[in-house]
Amino acid sequence: MMTAKEYASLVEREDFVPAQNRDLGIDKVYSAQSFWKDALGRFVKNRGAVFGLVMIVLIVFMAFAGPALSGYNYRTQDMSQRNLPPHIAGWESAPVFSGVYTQYVNGEPIRSNVYTQKGIEDVTHIFGTDALGRDQFARTWTGTRVSLYVALVAILIDTFVGMSFGLVSGYYGGKLDFFLQRIVEILSTIPTTVIVTLLIVVMKPGLTSITVALMITEWIGMSRVTRAQTLRLKEREFVLASRTLGESTFSIIFREILPNIFGQIIVMCMMTIPNAIFTEAFLAFIGLGIPAPLASLGSLISDGFKSMTMYPFLVLFPVTVLALLMLSFNLMADGLRDAFDPKMKEM
Amino acid sequence: MFKYVLKRVLISVVTVLIILAVLFTMLHSMPGSPFNDEKITAVQRANLEAKYGLDKPLPVQFVNYLKAMLSGDFGVSYVIQKNMPIASLLRARIMVSIRIGVQAVALGTLIGLLMGIVAAMKRNSFLDTFATVVSVIGVAFPSYVFAMAMSYFIGFRLGWLPLLYSTADAARSTVMPTISLSMFSMATVARFARTEMVEVMGSDYMLLADSKGISSFRLLGVHGLRNALIPIVTVLAPLTVELMTGSLVVEQIFAIPGIGSLLVSAIQFNDYNVVLAVVFVYSIMFISVMLIVDILYGVIDPRIRLAKEDAST
Repeated sequence: MMTAKEYASLVEREDFVPAQNRDLGIDKVYSAQSFWKDALGRFVKNRGAVFGLVMIVLIVFMAFAGPALSGYNYRTQDMSQRNLPPHIAGWESAPVFSGVYTQYVNGEPIRSNVYTQKGIEDVTHIFGTDALGRDQFARTWTGTRVSLYVALVAILIDTFVGMSFGLVSGYYGGKLDFFLQRIVEILSTIPTTVIVTLLIVVMKPGLTSITVALMITEWIGMSRVTRAQTLRLKEREFVLASRTLGESTFSIIFREILPNIFGQIIVMCMMTIPNAIFTEAFLAFIGLGIPAPLASLGSLISDGFKSMTMYPFLVLFPVTVLALLMLSFNLMADGLRDAFDPKMKEM
Repeated sequence: MFKYVLKRVLISVVTVLIILAVLFTMLHSMPGSPFNDEKITAVQRANLEAKYGLDKPLPVQFVNYLKAMLSGDFGVSYVIQKNMPIASLLRARIMVSIRIGVQAVALGTLIGLLMGIVAAMKRNSFLDTFATVVSVIGVAFPSYVFAMAMSYFIGFRLGWLPLLYSTADAARSTVMPTISLSMFSMATVARFARTEMVEVMGSDYMLLADSKGISSFRLLGVHGLRNALIPIVTVLAPLTVELMTGSLVVEQIFAIPGIGSLLVSAIQFNDYNVVLAVVFVYSIMFISVMLIVDILYGVIDPRIRLAKEDAST
């Protein structure tokens, strides 16, 4: 056994070095981000969502400025310029919009340029003209307005009908909730197609009846989401506190609960929009859309389809705009959902 | 479980009754009467009304109407095929629609599942991105975009498949309609399958099964897929809706003699009886699918059933 002194002789003073506190770090403090700023950051990082937003802005701009830019309007007919292919004056040698158009008769391609044949090279019809000589560019963008109007209506219905329905049903609970939920259940068991078709058969086809049809069908999803969220929140301490302080029910619903579920509401709104646009386009396609000479993307597609093998460009442009619009709203809705609720990311 | 099923059935029955009531009201609010021939005297009219039960009070008429509709007697068509019983008009067409619908769901589910599983296995790879893009497009584009594109390029330009439906060549005629209708199902199922597979693959029981050394095929098929499949049942209901609206348009594009195109022409020719009959058939089909899905869901996963009972009471 060594004594303490012998131990000490084995140890040199140099063996001991003051510790360098290199492992000691100070936590980096991040500045607190507000919920909205956080969501915005996530949204901007999502390439699909930003693409969607940019496309929507572009389409909205074109819907309002497009007809004026073309110099035509959606209703002026010109029987001397029927079914003209896409053409921009001065682009005769360009690969697109040159006015050159290939028609297939029994599988044989026949190339021709109607513009030079008719000697109207200085006339511009970017998307061509329809069977009545109306400028398709002006008609397409005027038709886009209908889709945008429908999108706006969908948002209004969602917030006013769906949201209020869900808030009231969720907050009050009890018999009222039971009653309201049976209405929702029955309405959601009837297929939308059936409701919409019947309604338009009874009413005259037009914007009013489309609006009413959307009013009956489009708020159900929103009311479900709002109700579920309200049920979750109404038991929370901050709601209890407000109630103890004597805040009115109205104020609790709209000032305490609503701001906390706003993210979900926006997401749900965005999800309804493509549905609403699709419903309108679908109705127009089966001949229940807005009556001529007004146009919507759906009715343009429906008209163009009738001569699709002869003049495919009549379908091509409205379909492309509709598809882009639907895609953009879908991408933006997905982006918003991820931004507001990162936990849902994988859905 | 019994209470849950009973409640679902009850709601479905009430819905059918409401739909019938709405249709009945619509029939009655239509202008004109079936006997508006000027040559008919008041006595003859009274006799005719007595013969068809139109002199009875409204509730009795409604009950008669219920009996007739539920036994499949939808009256006769006035415009499309004069005096043709609608029931036989429907019978000839419904099989075509169902065939294409079933084919579309089968194809869509199969390819969607494959895409979802592959995307979940090879996360963040090229295949995953591809599957995501396809499913975003499939959900976003209406089915008639695909239908028109295919009918123009494959049907018209290349001439590979018949442009319009022909009964003589039914099998080949249904290829393009089936594919365009299946895009939505495919996209939805692919999305769901991917999400579920990702979640299941990360779970503890999969880790355990893997560490026990079972083959990867068994791991994926028996342990993974089975658990991932449960929530996919939920998308069946939205799929039926999409199929119905989709079929209206797609049948129109390919000139398929199904009930969708029947409804469209009935609307265009103002043949009210046919419209109401098709709407009724659609509603019955939809409500039955919803009922089956709801019950099936409760059977497969007891947690859902309990949660649903909680939420609705």
